[in-house]
Amino acid sequence: MDDPADTPVIPDTWGKLRRFTPARIALGRAGTSLPTQAQLDFQFAHARARDAVHHPLATGVLRTALAQRGHTVATVRSAAPDRRTYLQRPDLGRRLDEASRAALAALSAADDAPFDVAFILADGLSAFAIEQNALPFLDAMLPRLPAPAWKLAPLVIAAQSRVALGDDIAVTLHARMVAILIGERPGLSSPDSLGIYLTWQPRIGTTDAQRNCISNIRREGLDIHLAADKLLWLMNEARSRQLSGVSLKDDTQAPDERLATPATNFLLDSRP
Amino acid sequence: MPRYAHTVDGKRYRFADLKSLLAKATPARSGDQLAGIAAGSDEERVAARMALAALPLATFLDEVPIPYEEDEVTRLIIDEHDKTAFAPVSHLTVGDFRNWLLSEAADAAALAALAPGLTPEMAAAVSKIMRVQDLILVAKKCRVVTAFRNTIGLAGRMATRLQPNHPTDDPAGVAASIVDGLMYGCGDAVIGVNPASDNVHTVTTLLRMLDAVIAKYRIPTQACVLTHVTTTIEAIGRGAPVDLVFQSIAGTESANAGFGINLAVLAEGRDAALSLRRGTVGDHVMYFETGQGSALSANAHHGVDQQTCEARAYAVARKFKPLLVNTVVGFIGPEYLYDGKQITRAGLEDHFCGKLLGVPMGCDVCYTNHAEADQDDMDALLTLLAAAGVNYVMGVPGSDDVMLNYQSTSFHDTLYIRQVLGLRPAPEFEAWLRDIGIFAPGEALALAQDLPAPFRHALAKLD
Repeated sequence: MDDPADTPVIPDTWGKLRRFTPARIALGRAGTSLPTQAQLDFQFAHARARDAVHHPLATGVLRTALAQRGHTVATVRSAAPDRRTYLQRPDLGRRLDEASRAALAALSAADDAPFDVAFILADGLSAFAIEQNALPFLDAMLPRLPAPAWKLAPLVIAAQSRVALGDDIAVTLHARMVAILIGERPGLSSPDSLGIYLTWQPRIGTTDAQRNCISNIRREGLDIHLAADKLLWLMNEARSRQLSGVSLKDDTQAPDERLATPATNFLLDSRP
Repeated sequence: MPRYAHTVDGKRYRFADLKSLLAKATPARSGDQLAGIAAGSDEERVAARMALAALPLATFLDEVPIPYEEDEVTRLIIDEHDKTAFAPVSHLTVGDFRNWLLSEAADAAALAALAPGLTPEMAAAVSKIMRVQDLILVAKKCRVVTAFRNTIGLAGRMATRLQPNHPTDDPAGVAASIVDGLMYGCGDAVIGVNPASDNVHTVTTLLRMLDAVIAKYRIPTQACVLTHVTTTIEAIGRGAPVDLVFQSIAGTESANAGFGINLAVLAEGRDAALSLRRGTVGDHVMYFETGQGSALSANAHHGVDQQTCEARAYAVARKFKPLLVNTVVGFIGPEYLYDGKQITRAGLEDHFCGKLLGVPMGCDVCYTNHAEADQDDMDALLTLLAAAGVNYVMGVPGSDDVMLNYQSTSFHDTLYIRQVLGLRPAPEFEAWLRDIGIFAPGEALALAQDLPAPFRHALAKLD
């Protein structure tokens, strides 16, 4: 297969365009179909993304690593008993199971002295995202939140969790703000992408319009230190303005949105 | 006292109201179970279908699942119903309506004439008592032809949307995927980019780029940047070259409110695009996307099953004479459509209901990585839809959308189905593919070996 002359695959002659995009372009063809190598590459990427969805979060390893750093850690689970149920019943993934709720209640702050923020590490749709990105992120983030300016709740590891489980956890712990680190829906080329949702004064029934999201945190995506800077900015703004969500536009994100995109490109530069 | 009931083998099955009957008659799917409205057993499901089959079709004009006073989509459906067009089937039950649809009397002309006389609930109801082969056979007889710079929906043809998305909307990255798609003969439905940003500046940059590419290479197709209708209206106001106005739509007023739209905003968008007069062979300027489960996910379903909600979205679509409408069937995830079987059935139902209602239906044959589905399921659905005469499908490089993180059909998939079923691109686009040298001369749709000269020149500068 190494010698192009020996293979029935017809190569695409625009392979140099791959430099412009991570998309699967110029794959070549067998007849008009996908060549064997490209087909198997795709299947492997799909298998990896599916494994990311179904891989159970290694809570013990995470718990040990966090304890070694001197953090108080609680492990909880949602009311979804297994992955199959979790995938079909988002309502159960947004609610603590009763044993977890009782355990968390024992760690809650007094009513008149709530925690400033609760951090939650949640599997979401990709435990890989937590296993690969959560510890480095916390190592970057937590030093930005010195006491007594920030009173941190115990760190919570959550299994079979949706974003809104963070609301239930924050209410149970008496936290004024919740930042949930959660595995995002895995893409074929991004099985380990971490998202962070920040919510001011979370309540049961809080909607997504009341949250701010930082997305695509992973090695090939948003850098953890940039993500930590964004989150700190959002947390400070949320606390001073006593709100989160759409009305708290992230000015630190604005430069990304206004990427000075050149209006022209190789298709338009040349004469026909 | 429940008004709907059916007795099978001495057992009486009761259904509280029309929407409950519709929900319980629906083939099993996770979204209806999540909503708590699905049949409790397989027997109850079939009993509901029997009750539904016995129901006069005209019932749906007297009893609506979402109240007229509460919902502008219901008002649209009732106020614009064409009684004259409905007359040929007005005496039938739902069960006999299925029989009529399968009969020779229901030919392309009869079905086209009937469309304004049908409500979405009638289409949804009959689809629930139809098998996959029925959905294919009847949809195949419906023909909905639309035009802008080319003609889409003609017999023996299937178009493709070229979907050249890029994670950061980089124009060169988008252009690279456009080349990939064009060289595989894709892009006649639209060259349509989902932007990562809804910033009007980014959207306008992409619109200008797409317009320049279409003009420079004289491609008989249309462009679209799939952003919110209000952003497109703003872009038009700033002088951006807009061919098609895009919007995601749903089948209830409150679900549309969740999308930040209503019928008036859609009308405003259509008027803005029409004022530009950019179409050459037609003036269909709207592009809508839909999908089962969108109303439920916005908690705006009113206890109505997701397939009936979806059919109601087609009433919204047809009001605005769209060029393109497609269900994004597998995108929403397993909470609504759990696996390949549910996605397949839903895709065929959506295509059937849309076509029956006179909507130019395409389909994004797709799945996410948390659904129980894979490429084999997509191959099956693509093949079934192509057999059913789908107007267009998507073309994504290597099936992997690197911006939206899901898998759709690829350029290669299009050529597979062209080969198997002999389906050709839109006629104007096919002529361009031959003229520029992407397809080799001759009747067969064979790709040429060499890059056409204009593209060869463009790429030469990169060395």
